[in-house]
Amino acid sequence: MTATQEPVPTQTERSVPKPVFTDAEAGAREFPDSNLRRFNYFIPRKRKQSHYEDVTVEVQPDPRHYLSQGWLYGFADGKGGYPLEWTVLKAWGSDRPEPKRYPGSGGQGYEWPAHGWHEFRDPNEEWEQSIYRNNSNVVRQLNQNVDAARQSKAFDQWNPNWVQFVAQHVGAWMHVDHGLGLYLFANANRRGPTNMHNTAISVNSMHRIRSAQDLALYNLTLSEEIAEFDGEAHLRTWQEDPAWQGVRGVAEQLTSTWDWAEALFAANVVFEPLVGELFRSNLVQQAAPGNGDFVTPTLIGAAEYDYAERDLRYTKALFQPLVADKEFAEHNTRTMQSWLEAWVPRCLAAARTLQPLWSQPDAKPPRFEDALDRAKSRFGGILAELGLRNPKELNQ
Amino acid sequence: MTRQSVAKAHEKIQELSWEPAYHEPVSQYGTDYTFSKAKKKDPLKQVLRSYFPMEEEKDHRVYGAQDGAIRGNMFRQVQPRWMEWQKLFLSIIPLPEISAARAMPLLFRTVPNPELHNGQAIQMIDEVRHSTIQQNLKRLYMNNYIDPAGFNSSLRNFQNDYAGTIGRQFAEGFITGDAITAASVYLTIVAETAFTNTLFVAMPGEAAANGDYLLPTVFHSVQSDESRHISNGYATLLMALSDESNHQLLERDLRYAWWNNHCVVDAAIGTFIEYGTKDRRKDRESYAEMWRRWIYDDYYRSYLVPLEKYGLTIPHDLVEESWNRIWNKGYVHEVAQFFATGWIANYWRIDPMTDEDFEWFEHKYPGWYDKYGAWWENYNRLSVPNGHKPIAFEDVDYVYPHRCWTCMVPCLIRQDMVMDEVDGQWRTYCSEGCHWTDAVAFRDTYEGRQTPNMGKLTGAREWETLYHNWNFADIVKDMGYVRDDGETLVAQPHLDLDPKKMWTLDHLRRCPPFPSPNVSLNEMTDSERQAFHSDYVRQGPAGRPAPAE
Ligand SMILES: [Fe+2]
Ligand SMILES: [Fe+2]
Repeated sequence: MTATQEPVPTQTERSVPKPVFTDAEAGAREFPDSNLRRFNYFIPRKRKQSHYEDVTVEVQPDPRHYLSQGWLYGFADGKGGYPLEWTVLKAWGSDRPEPKRYPGSGGQGYEWPAHGWHEFRDPNEEWEQSIYRNNSNVVRQLNQNVDAARQSKAFDQWNPNWVQFVAQHVGAWMHVDHGLGLYLFANANRRGPTNMHNTAISVNSMHRIRSAQDLALYNLTLSEEIAEFDGEAHLRTWQEDPAWQGVRGVAEQLTSTWDWAEALFAANVVFEPLVGELFRSNLVQQAAPGNGDFVTPTLIGAAEYDYAERDLRYTKALFQPLVADKEFAEHNTRTMQSWLEAWVPRCLAAARTLQPLWSQPDAKPPRFEDALDRAKSRFGGILAELGLRNPKELNQ
Repeated sequence: MTRQSVAKAHEKIQELSWEPAYHEPVSQYGTDYTFSKAKKKDPLKQVLRSYFPMEEEKDHRVYGAQDGAIRGNMFRQVQPRWMEWQKLFLSIIPLPEISAARAMPLLFRTVPNPELHNGQAIQMIDEVRHSTIQQNLKRLYMNNYIDPAGFNSSLRNFQNDYAGTIGRQFAEGFITGDAITAASVYLTIVAETAFTNTLFVAMPGEAAANGDYLLPTVFHSVQSDESRHISNGYATLLMALSDESNHQLLERDLRYAWWNNHCVVDAAIGTFIEYGTKDRRKDRESYAEMWRRWIYDDYYRSYLVPLEKYGLTIPHDLVEESWNRIWNKGYVHEVAQFFATGWIANYWRIDPMTDEDFEWFEHKYPGWYDKYGAWWENYNRLSVPNGHKPIAFEDVDYVYPHRCWTCMVPCLIRQDMVMDEVDGQWRTYCSEGCHWTDAVAFRDTYEGRQTPNMGKLTGAREWETLYHNWNFADIVKDMGYVRDDGETLVAQPHLDLDPKKMWTLDHLRRCPPFPSPNVSLNEMTDSERQAFHSDYVRQGPAGRPAPAE
């Protein structure tokens, strides 16, 4: 080849050819398959397949059903893809060996879905449109609330030690959201066995990271609006305040959990009701109005809504079928009960170390013990829905 | 909050991370690279409260265009030749996208700089966006294009066909093995920085020329997220470069990632753009011309070469050889010819080339007709069933190729084929680069250095092995590529939808059994194998048998 033979790229915008009629639209003629206009490789949850299912189901392949050549790349130990043994929980069919491939074996695996993990559907039906629509709505609403508060000088109504409470304690919670959002939830989006699991988990992750940033930027606004507001107090509180070290310890422990399902279970089934909701719904939301603050509850309420109405919802849909699994119900129930035995005491201890916060605002929220009782009974309700027993540790 | 400057907001969110005092986050992925914990700048400066509305706004444009396209009946003007290749492309691409999302956590513990993690988390959700928006586009095609076959079975096809397997590397390579090799070098530094231009800019341009303006709408929207991902990759790369002991691994990984991306992406996208278009105006850029501009000039010369100032050796030889394969060795043409030879194993239809196509190819690639013209004339002649067999079983001067063990594209540039016994098995490779990837790079030592975290090539990598000595009618049934009359094939070597002109299982029954090239290779005696090798490397171009000696 000589240099002159090389094509000389033209930077000019190409002219576009004239449209031609091809009559390539649906229904233009009849032939085999001409009316088969639905994805035919999975069985929908309901009679008709949903838009959500169409854009998520089977994107992540599985050698147990269609993936005939198996995973092509592995870690150093040879494991590729999304190993089922990344959690000790099992869905029916999990124990069957991967179909063997050999000369002339053909490509058939087990009949779809091959195992119970593929039956999970996110009841929130999250995919790209819903993710951006929901989160943008939250962002817009919070921006408006904070702007309106600033214009109406609403922050001037706050009791002085409520200013401090928000700087220190509401501020401290941003670290919980951030740490779990990244190192528990985003981390787990690599670990679940199907695309539906991992997509739901990644959406959960963004809720938490967004909520962390909402709190941080709110904190920044307050530093600009309120002269006495200490924008760095949250750092010292999170790192040094003994009242927060229980929460910090358990948050760190959650991110150190190897088994993705245990981490998710411990965070959304145990930690959030016993610590998250205790702090958000039973402390901040109760104390704020009495201290002249009608703005903070809108931020905290947005996070609470994400958890209670979306993240907990998919979490229940994820674990419930495993408790009732046709093959591994007993194994899964035993495992989850043991997780409860481990995590309930940790979370209760963290909750109790928060107790000093209840006496700090001028206008006091309802008593800590009542708040904790409410959190416990909410938690008991979640366990009942999942078909799990209250662990004896709950009464300690 | 809205009035806060982006810079201030961004600085504030740096306060979110903290040093663990009681428990370290779980460490699940290994790397042989070393990173020092130093304060870094988040290259993205992206805050979610502006990110979400920005993406939502982009969505409005995409979905608005989709409504408009359906109302305006875009599909009356779409070229079926182009749409058929979308059955392959859109079966593949949602997995690479979602795999990029899944890859992000591989970097959390291995790159110990929390400032980068915010950007990685945003990339994660970007990729969820890309994957599902592309699935949605495919769903729209299935619902509105004349022939839904192949779209309707898309993700099953993708999982059980050799063509899906080739594409799948561009996904599994992101999420396994050494965390930095995978999620940083292969994914962001090579795949995203170099090859997304051909995927997300060249492809949409060609789509528009074929009457489809939805693919451009979706893919430009996807591409507009890409610059952030490129910044993520670059930030990690600079950190890796700052430790001299990483250079050896970076050089290895750039070689592997470059060569694999070239083998896989240029095979697929090159074929779509050159053989999937009806636009034969002479002023339209060929794939080679686009490649020269976007990959050679924009990536190689402007991005890779400047890394040399950090003391890194970059793979000049492989870049030049990729170009040599595209420009002199007919890589894209050989691949397209192979796809068309093997149409019976596909889940889309391939339109024969016409005189107008021939003329364009000859204009853009002088000498094309002498090499490929006769074969495509045969393809045309054999496209409608008329007592003959599919072209793969007819004598058209074409030797069915062996597959490359590494990239799984067949060894089409016959003279470059490498044969070696690796891990106790005789394997063929399309090139030295692919042989090196398997025999040298994906091992637990590299140039005498321990690399315990390096990944492994796994799986039944030769698709034909699974169907060793099967009849093709049974193969097609096994894969599920039969239309709803139980007889007519999804794949066809033409675009005519007249049922009388379409191939059925019966036509395939008349073909002889189909032996696996690799199984056969391993059954040979040493001298037979040597003879096979010396014959193979004298074959071609265009798959022609070796001339008599
Ligand atoms: Fe992407
Ligand atoms: Fe290769």
